[in-house]
Amino acid sequence: MFDVQKIRAQFPILSQTVNGKPLVYFDNGATSQKPQVVIDSIVDYYSKYNANIHRGVHTLSQLATDAYEEARFKIQRHFNAKHSYEIILTSGTTESINLVANGFASLLQKGDEIIVSALEHHSNIVPWQMLCEHTGATLKVIPMSIHGELIMEEYDKLLSNKTKLVCCNHISNALGVLNPIEEIISKAHAVGAAVLIDGAQSCPHIKPDVQALDVDFYATSAHKMCGPTGVGMLYGKEEWLRKLPPYKGGGEMIATVTFEKTTYADLPHKFEAGTPNICGGIAFGAAIDYMNEVGFDNIAKHEHELLIYGTKRLQEIEGVTIYGPTDLNKKASVISFNIENIHPYDIGTIIDKLGIAVRTGHHCAQPIMDFFKIPGTIRASFAFYNTKEEIDIFVEAVKKAKMMLS
Amino acid sequence: MNIKEIQNEIVDEFSMFDDWMERYEYIIELGKGLPIIEEQYKTEDNIIKGCQSKVWVHAEEKDGKVVFSADSDAILTKGIIAILIRAFSNQTPAAILEANTDFVDEIGLKEHLSATRANGLVSMIKKIKMYALAFEAKN
Repeated sequence: MFDVQKIRAQFPILSQTVNGKPLVYFDNGATSQKPQVVIDSIVDYYSKYNANIHRGVHTLSQLATDAYEEARFKIQRHFNAKHSYEIILTSGTTESINLVANGFASLLQKGDEIIVSALEHHSNIVPWQMLCEHTGATLKVIPMSIHGELIMEEYDKLLSNKTKLVCCNHISNALGVLNPIEEIISKAHAVGAAVLIDGAQSCPHIKPDVQALDVDFYATSAHKMCGPTGVGMLYGKEEWLRKLPPYKGGGEMIATVTFEKTTYADLPHKFEAGTPNICGGIAFGAAIDYMNEVGFDNIAKHEHELLIYGTKRLQEIEGVTIYGPTDLNKKASVISFNIENIHPYDIGTIIDKLGIAVRTGHHCAQPIMDFFKIPGTIRASFAFYNTKEEIDIFVEAVKKAKMMLS
Repeated sequence: MNIKEIQNEIVDEFSMFDDWMERYEYIIELGKGLPIIEEQYKTEDNIIKGCQSKVWVHAEEKDGKVVFSADSDAILTKGIIAILIRAFSNQTPAAILEANTDFVDEIGLKEHLSATRANGLVSMIKKIKMYALAFEAKN
Protein backbone atom coordinates (compact mmCIF):
# COMPACT_ATOMS: atom_id res chain seq x y z
CA MET A 1 0.00 0.00 0.00
CA PHE A 2 1.34 3.40 -0.99
CA ASP A 3 1.23 5.65 2.08
CA VAL A 4 2.63 9.09 1.34
CA GLN A 5 3.00 10.03 5.01
CA LYS A 6 5.02 6.88 5.65
CA ILE A 7 7.21 7.76 2.68
CA ARG A 8 7.68 11.35 3.82
CA ALA A 9 8.92 10.10 7.17
CA GLN A 10 11.80 8.40 5.31
CA PHE A 11 13.11 11.79 4.08
CA PRO A 12 14.66 13.70 7.00
CA ILE A 13 14.82 17.01 5.12
CA LEU A 14 11.07 17.14 4.52
CA SER A 15 10.25 17.69 8.18
CA GLN A 16 12.19 20.94 8.50
CA THR A 17 10.99 24.50 8.32
CA VAL A 18 12.28 27.16 5.93
CA ASN A 19 11.88 30.83 6.79
CA GLY A 20 9.72 29.70 9.69
CA LYS A 21 7.32 27.79 7.46
CA PRO A 22 7.09 24.05 6.79
CA LEU A 23 9.18 23.25 3.71
CA VAL A 24 7.22 22.62 0.52
CA TYR A 25 9.77 21.20 -1.87
CA PHE A 26 8.60 21.47 -5.47
CA ASP A 27 12.02 21.72 -7.10
CA ASN A 28 12.36 18.00 -7.73
CA GLY A 29 13.15 18.56 -11.38
CA ALA A 30 16.40 20.21 -10.26
CA THR A 31 17.24 17.54 -7.72
CA SER A 32 15.25 15.16 -5.54
CA GLN A 33 15.55 14.79 -1.81
CA LYS A 34 17.25 11.72 -0.34
CA PRO A 35 15.69 9.03 1.83
CA GLN A 36 17.42 7.83 5.00
CA VAL A 37 18.49 4.52 3.38
CA VAL A 38 20.50 6.40 0.76
CA ILE A 39 22.05 8.69 3.37
CA ASP A 40 22.87 5.58 5.44
CA SER A 41 24.57 3.93 2.47
CA ILE A 42 26.90 6.94 2.22
CA VAL A 43 27.69 6.96 5.94
CA ASP A 44 28.18 3.17 5.91
CA TYR A 45 30.66 3.34 3.08
CA TYR A 46 32.83 5.99 4.72
CA SER A 47 32.56 4.53 8.20
CA LYS A 48 33.01 0.86 7.36
CA TYR A 49 34.71 0.06 4.07
CA ASN A 50 36.18 3.17 2.40
CA ALA A 51 39.00 2.01 0.10
CA ASN A 52 40.02 2.40 -3.51
CA ILE A 53 38.53 -0.14 -5.88
CA HIS A 54 39.85 -2.57 -8.51
CA ARG A 55 43.38 -2.17 -7.17
CA GLY A 56 44.06 -3.37 -3.66
CA VAL A 57 44.27 -7.00 -2.65
CA HIS A 58 43.27 -6.08 0.87
CA THR A 59 39.88 -6.82 2.39
CA LEU A 60 38.50 -3.28 2.43
CA SER A 61 39.36 -2.78 -1.22
CA GLN A 62 37.58 -6.03 -2.04
CA LEU A 63 34.50 -4.96 -0.09
CA ALA A 64 34.41 -1.57 -1.78
CA THR A 65 34.96 -3.10 -5.23
CA ASP A 66 32.18 -5.63 -4.67
CA ALA A 67 29.76 -2.94 -3.49
CA TYR A 68 30.59 -0.67 -6.44
CA GLU A 69 30.22 -3.46 -8.98
CA GLU A 70 27.01 -4.63 -7.27
CA ALA A 71 25.66 -1.10 -7.86
CA ARG A 72 26.48 -1.52 -11.55
CA PHE A 73 24.48 -4.76 -11.58
CA LYS A 74 21.56 -3.02 -9.88
CA ILE A 75 21.64 -0.29 -12.55
CA GLN A 76 21.87 -2.93 -15.29
CA ARG A 77 18.85 -4.80 -13.95
CA HIS A 78 16.89 -1.61 -13.41
CA PHE A 79 17.36 -0.45 -17.00
CA ASN A 80 17.31 -4.01 -18.35
CA ALA A 81 20.65 -3.68 -20.13
CA LYS A 82 21.88 -6.90 -21.70
CA HIS A 83 25.30 -6.73 -20.03
CA SER A 84 26.58 -4.99 -16.91
CA TYR A 85 29.58 -3.71 -18.91
CA GLU A 86 27.17 -1.67 -21.02
CA ILE A 87 26.66 0.52 -17.93
CA ILE A 88 29.33 3.23 -17.68
CA LEU A 89 29.34 5.08 -14.38
CA THR A 90 29.84 8.80 -14.96
CA SER A 91 29.49 12.00 -12.97
CA GLY A 92 25.99 12.50 -14.37
CA THR A 93 23.94 13.02 -17.50
CA THR A 94 26.08 15.90 -18.72
CA GLU A 95 29.25 13.84 -18.61
CA SER A 96 27.46 10.88 -20.20
CA ILE A 97 26.44 13.04 -23.15
CA ASN A 98 29.89 14.57 -23.46
CA LEU A 99 31.44 11.10 -23.44
CA VAL A 100 29.37 10.10 -26.47
CA ALA A 101 29.93 13.46 -28.21
CA ASN A 102 33.69 13.10 -27.78
CA GLY A 103 33.60 9.55 -29.07
CA PHE A 104 31.73 10.55 -32.20
CA ALA A 105 34.40 13.13 -33.08
CA SER A 106 36.35 10.32 -34.75
CA LEU A 107 33.29 8.87 -36.50
CA LEU A 108 31.76 11.96 -38.13
CA GLN A 109 32.80 13.97 -41.13
CA LYS A 110 31.79 17.11 -42.95
CA GLY A 111 28.28 16.89 -44.31
CA ASP A 112 27.03 14.50 -41.64
CA GLU A 113 24.03 15.61 -39.64
CA ILE A 114 23.02 15.46 -35.98
CA ILE A 115 19.40 16.00 -35.01
CA VAL A 116 18.32 17.36 -31.63
CA SER A 117 14.88 18.48 -30.51
CA ALA A 118 13.61 21.97 -29.73
CA LEU A 119 12.95 20.79 -26.17
CA GLU A 120 16.52 20.07 -25.14
CA HIS A 121 18.38 21.16 -22.05
CA HIS A 122 21.59 23.04 -22.86
CA SER A 123 23.53 19.93 -21.92
CA ASN A 124 21.98 18.09 -24.86
CA ILE A 125 22.62 20.98 -27.27
CA VAL A 126 26.06 22.41 -26.51
CA PRO A 127 28.10 19.14 -26.69
CA TRP A 128 26.62 18.51 -30.15
CA GLN A 129 27.35 22.05 -31.29
CA MET A 130 30.93 21.56 -30.14
CA LEU A 131 31.07 18.26 -32.01
CA CYS A 132 29.72 19.95 -35.15
CA GLU A 133 32.33 22.68 -34.90
CA HIS A 134 35.01 20.07 -34.57
CA THR A 135 33.89 17.76 -37.39
CA GLY A 136 32.06 20.05 -39.82
CA ALA A 137 28.80 18.19 -39.21
CA THR A 138 25.52 20.14 -39.13
CA LEU A 139 23.00 20.40 -36.31
CA LYS A 140 19.29 20.12 -37.19
CA VAL A 141 16.40 20.77 -34.83
CA ILE A 142 13.01 19.02 -34.58
CA PRO A 143 10.58 21.90 -34.02
CA MET A 144 7.75 21.88 -31.49
CA SER A 145 4.14 23.00 -31.43
CA ILE A 146 2.79 25.74 -29.16
CA HIS A 147 1.93 22.97 -26.70
CA GLY A 148 5.57 21.92 -26.55
CA GLU A 149 5.01 18.72 -28.51
CA LEU A 150 7.55 17.71 -31.13
CA ILE A 151 6.25 17.94 -34.68
CA MET A 152 6.96 14.46 -35.95
CA GLU A 153 6.20 15.24 -39.62
CA GLU A 154 9.07 17.73 -39.47
CA TYR A 155 11.27 15.09 -37.89
CA ASP A 156 10.51 12.78 -40.82
CA LYS A 157 11.67 15.51 -43.22
CA LEU A 158 14.94 16.03 -41.34
CA LEU A 159 15.93 12.37 -41.45
CA SER A 160 18.15 11.22 -44.30
CA ASN A 161 21.17 9.07 -44.95
CA LYS A 162 23.25 12.04 -43.77
CA THR A 163 21.76 11.70 -40.26
CA LYS A 164 24.29 10.02 -38.01
CA LEU A 165 22.90 10.79 -34.56
CA VAL A 166 19.57 11.77 -33.05
CA CYS A 167 19.61 13.20 -29.52
CA CYS A 168 16.46 13.87 -27.58
CA ASN A 169 15.26 13.96 -24.02
CA HIS A 170 12.77 11.38 -22.78
CA ILE A 171 10.99 14.02 -20.69
CA SER A 172 11.60 17.75 -21.12
CA ASN A 173 12.97 19.47 -18.03
CA ALA A 174 11.44 22.84 -18.81
CA LEU A 175 7.91 21.74 -19.70
CA GLY A 176 7.61 18.11 -18.55
CA VAL A 177 6.66 16.85 -22.03
CA LEU A 178 6.91 13.10 -22.49
CA ASN A 179 8.45 12.64 -25.92
CA PRO A 180 7.53 9.79 -28.29
CA ILE A 181 11.01 8.30 -28.10
CA GLU A 182 9.98 4.86 -29.42
CA GLU A 183 9.00 6.48 -32.71
CA ILE A 184 12.05 8.75 -32.67
CA ILE A 185 14.34 5.74 -32.19
CA SER A 186 12.77 3.44 -34.79
CA LYS A 187 12.71 6.18 -37.44
CA ALA A 188 16.34 7.09 -36.76
CA HIS A 189 17.36 3.45 -37.03
CA ALA A 190 15.55 3.21 -40.37
CA VAL A 191 18.11 5.66 -41.82
CA GLY A 192 21.02 4.08 -39.98
CA ALA A 193 21.44 6.77 -37.31
CA ALA A 194 22.27 6.13 -33.66
CA VAL A 195 20.06 7.57 -30.92
CA LEU A 196 20.99 9.07 -27.56
CA ILE A 197 18.20 9.67 -25.07
CA ASP A 198 18.71 12.12 -22.21
CA GLY A 199 16.86 10.46 -19.35
CA ALA A 200 17.71 12.93 -16.58
CA GLN A 201 14.07 13.93 -16.13
CA SER A 202 12.42 10.60 -16.93
CA CYS A 203 14.19 8.26 -14.52
CA PRO A 204 12.62 9.81 -11.39
CA HIS A 205 9.18 8.97 -12.83
CA ILE A 206 9.42 5.90 -15.04
CA LYS A 207 11.53 2.80 -15.48
CA PRO A 208 13.00 2.73 -18.99
CA ASP A 209 13.78 -0.63 -20.58
CA VAL A 210 16.74 0.05 -22.86
CA GLN A 211 16.40 -3.24 -24.74
CA ALA A 212 12.68 -2.79 -25.41
CA LEU A 213 13.38 0.79 -26.52
CA ASP A 214 16.25 -0.50 -28.68
CA VAL A 215 18.04 2.74 -27.80
CA ASP A 216 21.76 3.08 -28.55
CA PHE A 217 22.65 5.39 -25.64
CA TYR A 218 20.65 6.34 -22.57
CA ALA A 219 22.02 8.84 -20.07
CA THR A 220 20.84 9.76 -16.59
CA SER A 221 21.84 11.23 -13.22
CA ALA A 222 21.41 9.66 -9.78
CA HIS A 223 20.59 12.86 -7.93
CA LYS A 224 17.21 13.38 -9.52
CA MET A 225 16.13 9.88 -8.49
CA CYS A 226 16.90 9.96 -4.76
CA GLY A 227 20.62 9.32 -5.19
CA PRO A 228 23.58 11.60 -4.49
CA THR A 229 24.93 14.33 -6.76
CA GLY A 230 28.05 13.79 -8.86
CA VAL A 231 27.17 10.35 -10.17
CA GLY A 232 25.17 9.06 -13.09
CA MET A 233 25.34 6.54 -15.85
CA LEU A 234 25.60 6.06 -19.55
CA TYR A 235 24.03 2.98 -21.05
CA GLY A 236 25.47 2.16 -24.43
CA LYS A 237 24.89 -0.82 -26.68
CA GLU A 238 28.00 -2.98 -26.61
CA GLU A 239 28.69 -2.55 -30.33
CA TRP A 240 28.65 1.24 -29.96
CA LEU A 241 30.76 1.31 -26.82
CA ARG A 242 33.37 -0.83 -28.57
CA LYS A 243 33.38 1.54 -31.53
CA LEU A 244 33.88 4.71 -29.46
CA PRO A 245 37.41 5.60 -28.39
CA PRO A 246 38.12 6.30 -24.69
CA TYR A 247 37.04 9.69 -23.44
CA LYS A 248 39.55 10.35 -20.67
CA GLY A 249 43.01 8.93 -20.18
CA GLY A 250 44.37 7.80 -16.84
CA GLY A 251 44.46 4.94 -14.42
CA GLU A 252 41.88 2.17 -14.43
CA MET A 253 41.12 2.53 -18.16
CA ILE A 254 44.29 0.82 -19.35
CA ALA A 255 45.40 -2.76 -19.92
CA THR A 256 49.12 -2.09 -20.41
CA VAL A 257 51.10 1.13 -20.57
CA THR A 258 54.56 1.69 -22.02
CA PHE A 259 55.92 4.98 -23.30
CA GLU A 260 55.55 3.59 -26.83
CA LYS A 261 51.98 2.36 -26.65
CA THR A 262 49.06 1.90 -24.30
CA THR A 263 46.34 -0.67 -24.72
CA TYR A 264 42.97 0.06 -23.25
CA ALA A 265 41.04 -1.88 -20.69
CA ASP A 266 37.88 -3.68 -21.67
CA LEU A 267 34.37 -2.31 -21.12
CA PRO A 268 33.25 -0.67 -18.93
CA HIS A 269 36.61 0.42 -17.51
CA LYS A 270 37.78 1.82 -20.84
CA PHE A 271 35.53 4.81 -20.10
CA GLU A 272 36.16 5.06 -16.37
CA ALA A 273 39.60 6.61 -15.98
CA GLY A 274 40.77 7.51 -12.50
CA THR A 275 39.28 6.78 -9.11
CA PRO A 276 35.53 7.01 -9.61
CA ASN A 277 32.87 8.36 -7.26
CA ILE A 278 32.86 5.08 -5.35
CA CYS A 279 30.55 6.19 -2.59
CA GLY A 280 28.25 7.88 -5.09
CA GLY A 281 28.01 4.75 -7.22
CA ILE A 282 27.13 2.61 -4.20
CA ALA A 283 24.51 5.14 -3.04
CA PHE A 284 23.11 5.28 -6.60
CA GLY A 285 22.50 1.54 -6.26
CA ALA A 286 20.78 2.09 -2.91
CA ALA A 287 18.58 4.79 -4.47
CA ILE A 288 17.53 2.44 -7.26
CA ASP A 289 16.65 -0.24 -4.69
CA TYR A 290 14.66 2.31 -2.73
CA MET A 291 12.68 3.57 -5.72
CA ASN A 292 11.86 0.05 -6.82
CA GLU A 293 10.68 -0.72 -3.34
CA VAL A 294 8.32 2.26 -3.48
CA GLY A 295 7.36 0.95 -6.91
CA PHE A 296 7.25 2.86 -10.18
CA ASP A 297 3.56 2.05 -10.67
CA ASN A 298 2.80 3.68 -7.33
CA ILE A 299 5.06 6.62 -8.16
CA ALA A 300 3.39 7.19 -11.55
CA LYS A 301 -0.13 6.95 -10.10
CA HIS A 302 0.51 9.33 -7.20
CA GLU A 303 2.43 11.86 -9.27
CA HIS A 304 -0.25 11.88 -11.96
CA GLU A 305 -2.88 12.66 -9.32
CA LEU A 306 -0.69 15.54 -8.10
CA LEU A 307 -0.31 16.80 -11.66
CA ILE A 308 -4.06 16.78 -12.27
CA TYR A 309 -4.80 18.41 -8.93
CA GLY A 310 -2.02 21.01 -9.21
CA THR A 311 -3.02 21.93 -12.76
CA LYS A 312 -6.66 22.35 -11.74
CA ARG A 313 -5.81 24.46 -8.68
CA LEU A 314 -3.36 26.71 -10.53
CA GLN A 315 -5.90 27.34 -13.27
CA GLU A 316 -8.11 28.94 -10.61
CA ILE A 317 -5.71 31.88 -10.62
CA GLU A 318 -6.59 34.51 -13.16
CA GLY A 319 -3.91 35.26 -15.72
CA VAL A 320 -2.09 31.91 -15.38
CA THR A 321 -0.55 30.38 -18.48
CA ILE A 322 0.66 26.79 -18.21
CA TYR A 323 3.21 25.76 -20.85
CA GLY A 324 3.35 22.27 -22.31
CA PRO A 325 0.81 19.66 -23.42
CA THR A 326 -2.83 20.22 -22.45
CA ASP A 327 -3.27 16.43 -22.43
CA LEU A 328 -1.83 15.59 -19.02
CA ASN A 329 -1.16 12.00 -20.11
CA LYS A 330 1.58 13.41 -22.32
CA LYS A 331 3.54 14.97 -19.47
CA ALA A 332 5.32 14.23 -16.22
CA SER A 333 4.41 15.82 -12.89
CA VAL A 334 5.86 19.20 -13.87
CA ILE A 335 3.91 22.44 -14.15
CA SER A 336 5.75 25.24 -15.89
CA PHE A 337 3.76 28.46 -15.77
CA ASN A 338 3.65 32.23 -15.69
CA ILE A 339 1.25 34.83 -14.39
CA GLU A 340 0.35 37.65 -16.73
CA ASN A 341 2.52 40.75 -16.34
CA ILE A 342 4.55 39.31 -13.46
CA HIS A 343 8.17 38.26 -13.73
CA PRO A 344 8.77 34.63 -12.64
CA TYR A 345 11.64 35.72 -10.33
CA ASP A 346 9.33 37.98 -8.38
CA ILE A 347 6.94 35.10 -7.68
CA GLY A 348 9.81 32.70 -6.85
CA THR A 349 11.42 35.15 -4.41
CA ILE A 350 8.22 35.85 -2.53
CA ILE A 351 6.99 32.27 -2.23
CA ASP A 352 10.45 31.24 -1.03
CA LYS A 353 9.78 33.40 2.02
CA LEU A 354 6.63 31.31 2.49
CA GLY A 355 8.68 28.12 2.63
CA ILE A 356 8.15 27.01 -0.96
CA ALA A 357 10.97 25.86 -3.22
CA VAL A 358 10.34 26.09 -6.95
CA ARG A 359 12.60 26.77 -9.87
CA THR A 360 12.32 30.02 -11.75
CA GLY A 361 14.16 31.07 -14.86
CA HIS A 362 14.98 29.58 -18.22
CA HIS A 363 15.71 26.08 -16.84
CA CYS A 364 18.86 25.81 -18.96
CA ALA A 365 16.61 25.68 -22.00
CA GLN A 366 16.84 29.18 -23.45
CA PRO A 367 15.64 28.18 -26.93
CA ILE A 368 12.31 27.09 -25.40
CA MET A 369 11.92 30.43 -23.63
CA ASP A 370 12.77 32.25 -26.87
CA PHE A 371 10.10 30.18 -28.63
CA PHE A 372 7.45 31.36 -26.17
CA LYS A 373 9.04 34.87 -26.06
CA ILE A 374 9.26 34.83 -22.26
CA PRO A 375 12.22 35.44 -19.91
CA GLY A 376 11.48 32.22 -18.03
CA THR A 377 8.81 30.34 -16.15
CA ILE A 378 7.99 29.21 -12.65
CA ARG A 379 8.38 25.44 -12.54
CA ALA A 380 6.75 23.34 -9.85
CA SER A 381 7.93 19.74 -10.20
CA PHE A 382 6.34 17.13 -7.96
CA ALA A 383 7.84 13.93 -6.58
CA PHE A 384 6.09 10.90 -5.13
CA TYR A 385 6.62 12.29 -1.61
CA ASN A 386 4.66 15.47 -2.28
CA THR A 387 1.02 15.88 -1.28
CA LYS A 388 -2.15 17.67 -2.31
CA GLU A 389 -1.99 19.63 0.95
CA GLU A 390 1.38 21.02 -0.17
CA ILE A 391 -0.19 22.01 -3.49
CA ASP A 392 -2.86 23.91 -1.56
CA ILE A 393 -0.18 25.80 0.41
CA PHE A 394 1.68 26.50 -2.84
CA VAL A 395 -1.40 27.81 -4.66
CA GLU A 396 -2.29 30.09 -1.76
CA ALA A 397 1.30 31.40 -1.73
CA VAL A 398 1.21 32.11 -5.46
CA LYS A 399 -2.10 33.94 -5.00
CA LYS A 400 -0.59 36.03 -2.22
CA ALA A 401 2.50 36.83 -4.30
CA LYS A 402 0.31 37.77 -7.22
CA MET A 403 -1.68 40.14 -5.03
CA MET A 404 1.51 41.78 -3.76
CA LEU A 405 3.01 42.12 -7.23
CA SER A 406 0.00 43.32 -9.22
CA MET B 1 21.27 65.23 2.19
CA ASN B 2 24.53 63.49 1.61
CA ILE B 3 24.81 59.82 0.70
CA LYS B 4 25.42 58.68 4.26
CA GLU B 5 22.34 60.52 5.52
CA ILE B 6 20.15 59.05 2.82
CA GLN B 7 21.51 55.59 3.55
CA ASN B 8 20.74 56.02 7.26
CA GLU B 9 17.24 57.10 6.37
CA ILE B 10 16.74 53.96 4.29
CA VAL B 11 18.10 51.76 7.09
CA ASP B 12 15.66 53.44 9.52
CA GLU B 13 12.75 52.85 7.20
CA PHE B 14 13.58 49.18 6.82
CA SER B 15 13.98 48.70 10.57
CA MET B 16 10.30 49.52 11.04
CA PHE B 17 9.17 46.31 9.41
CA ASP B 18 8.62 43.15 11.40
CA ASP B 19 8.96 40.57 8.70
CA TRP B 20 10.27 40.10 5.23
CA MET B 21 6.90 40.03 3.54
CA GLU B 22 6.39 43.62 4.70
CA ARG B 23 9.85 44.56 3.49
CA TYR B 24 9.09 43.01 0.11
CA GLU B 25 5.89 45.01 -0.07
CA TYR B 26 7.90 48.14 0.61
CA ILE B 27 10.51 47.23 -2.01
CA ILE B 28 7.70 46.71 -4.53
CA GLU B 29 6.30 50.12 -3.58
CA LEU B 30 9.73 51.72 -4.07
CA GLY B 31 10.02 49.99 -7.43
CA LYS B 32 6.93 51.82 -8.61
CA GLY B 33 8.64 55.16 -7.89
CA LEU B 34 11.79 54.33 -9.84
CA PRO B 35 12.90 57.09 -12.25
CA ILE B 36 12.41 55.17 -15.44
CA ILE B 37 15.15 55.10 -18.03
CA GLU B 38 14.27 56.52 -21.42
CA GLU B 39 13.58 53.84 -24.02
CA GLN B 40 16.57 54.98 -26.17
CA TYR B 41 18.96 54.09 -23.33
CA LYS B 42 17.71 50.53 -22.97
CA THR B 43 20.69 49.28 -24.91
CA GLU B 44 22.81 46.16 -24.59
CA ASP B 45 25.58 48.34 -23.12
CA ASN B 46 23.33 49.49 -20.33
CA ILE B 47 22.16 46.00 -19.32
CA ILE B 48 23.72 44.88 -16.08
CA LYS B 49 25.35 41.48 -16.34
CA GLY B 50 24.88 39.13 -13.44
CA CYS B 51 21.18 39.79 -13.00
CA GLN B 52 18.73 37.03 -13.90
CA SER B 53 16.08 39.58 -14.65
CA LYS B 54 16.90 42.35 -17.10
CA VAL B 55 18.18 45.58 -15.54
CA TRP B 56 19.18 48.70 -17.40
CA VAL B 57 20.89 51.66 -15.73
CA HIS B 58 21.67 54.98 -17.35
CA ALA B 59 23.39 58.07 -15.91
CA GLU B 60 23.69 61.68 -16.94
CA GLU B 61 25.65 64.51 -15.44
CA LYS B 62 23.66 67.62 -14.47
CA ASP B 63 25.37 70.57 -12.79
CA GLY B 64 28.25 68.43 -11.64
CA LYS B 65 25.97 65.75 -10.19
CA VAL B 66 25.17 62.30 -11.47
CA VAL B 67 21.51 61.54 -12.15
CA PHE B 68 20.54 57.91 -12.55
CA SER B 69 17.56 56.30 -14.23
CA ALA B 70 16.87 52.58 -14.59
CA ASP B 71 14.34 49.87 -15.35
CA SER B 72 13.85 46.15 -14.94
CA ASP B 73 11.32 43.57 -16.11
CA ALA B 74 10.97 42.26 -12.52
CA ILE B 75 9.31 44.42 -9.86
CA LEU B 76 11.50 43.38 -6.91
CA THR B 77 14.58 44.17 -8.95
CA LYS B 78 13.08 47.56 -9.78
CA GLY B 79 12.63 48.17 -6.07
CA ILE B 80 16.21 47.24 -5.30
CA ILE B 81 17.64 49.48 -7.98
CA ALA B 82 15.30 52.25 -6.78
CA ILE B 83 16.88 51.99 -3.31
CA LEU B 84 20.35 52.28 -4.80
CA ILE B 85 19.40 55.19 -7.02
CA ARG B 86 17.84 57.00 -4.08
CA ALA B 87 21.14 56.67 -2.23
CA PHE B 88 23.42 57.68 -5.11
CA SER B 89 21.50 59.90 -7.51
CA ASN B 90 22.05 63.68 -7.46
CA GLN B 91 25.46 63.34 -5.85
CA THR B 92 28.85 64.33 -7.17
CA PRO B 93 30.99 61.67 -8.86
CA ALA B 94 33.55 62.03 -6.08
CA ALA B 95 30.97 61.47 -3.35
CA ILE B 96 29.60 58.38 -5.13
CA LEU B 97 33.09 56.94 -5.50
CA GLU B 98 33.90 57.55 -1.84
CA ALA B 99 30.63 56.17 -0.48
CA ASN B 100 30.60 52.78 1.13
CA THR B 101 27.66 50.44 0.60
CA ASP B 102 27.36 48.86 4.04
CA PHE B 103 23.74 50.00 4.26
CA VAL B 104 22.84 47.23 1.82
CA ASP B 105 23.98 44.68 4.41
CA GLU B 106 22.39 46.65 7.24
CA ILE B 107 18.94 46.43 5.72
CA GLY B 108 19.60 42.75 5.16
CA LEU B 109 19.07 42.97 1.42
CA LYS B 110 21.90 40.70 0.46
CA GLU B 111 21.12 37.84 2.82
CA HIS B 112 17.49 37.88 1.79
CA LEU B 113 18.22 37.65 -1.88
CA SER B 114 19.12 34.41 -3.58
CA ALA B 115 22.78 34.19 -4.56
CA THR B 116 21.93 35.04 -8.13
CA ARG B 117 20.07 38.16 -7.12
CA ALA B 118 22.80 39.11 -4.65
CA ASN B 119 25.31 38.90 -7.51
CA GLY B 120 23.01 41.16 -9.46
CA LEU B 121 23.00 43.63 -6.57
CA VAL B 122 26.79 43.69 -6.52
CA SER B 123 26.79 44.27 -10.29
CA MET B 124 24.32 47.15 -9.91
CA ILE B 125 26.54 48.88 -7.34
CA LYS B 126 29.53 48.32 -9.57
CA LYS B 127 27.72 49.86 -12.53
CA ILE B 128 26.76 52.93 -10.48
CA LYS B 129 30.37 53.38 -9.36
CA MET B 130 31.61 52.91 -12.92
CA TYR B 131 29.39 55.75 -14.13
CA ALA B 132 30.72 57.97 -11.34
CA LEU B 133 34.26 57.03 -12.25
CA ALA B 134 33.66 57.86 -15.91
CA PHE B 135 32.27 61.32 -15.07
CA GLU B 136 35.07 61.93 -12.58
CA ALA B 137 37.66 61.08 -15.23
CA LYS B 138 35.97 63.35 -17.76
CA ASN B 139 36.08 66.32 -15.41
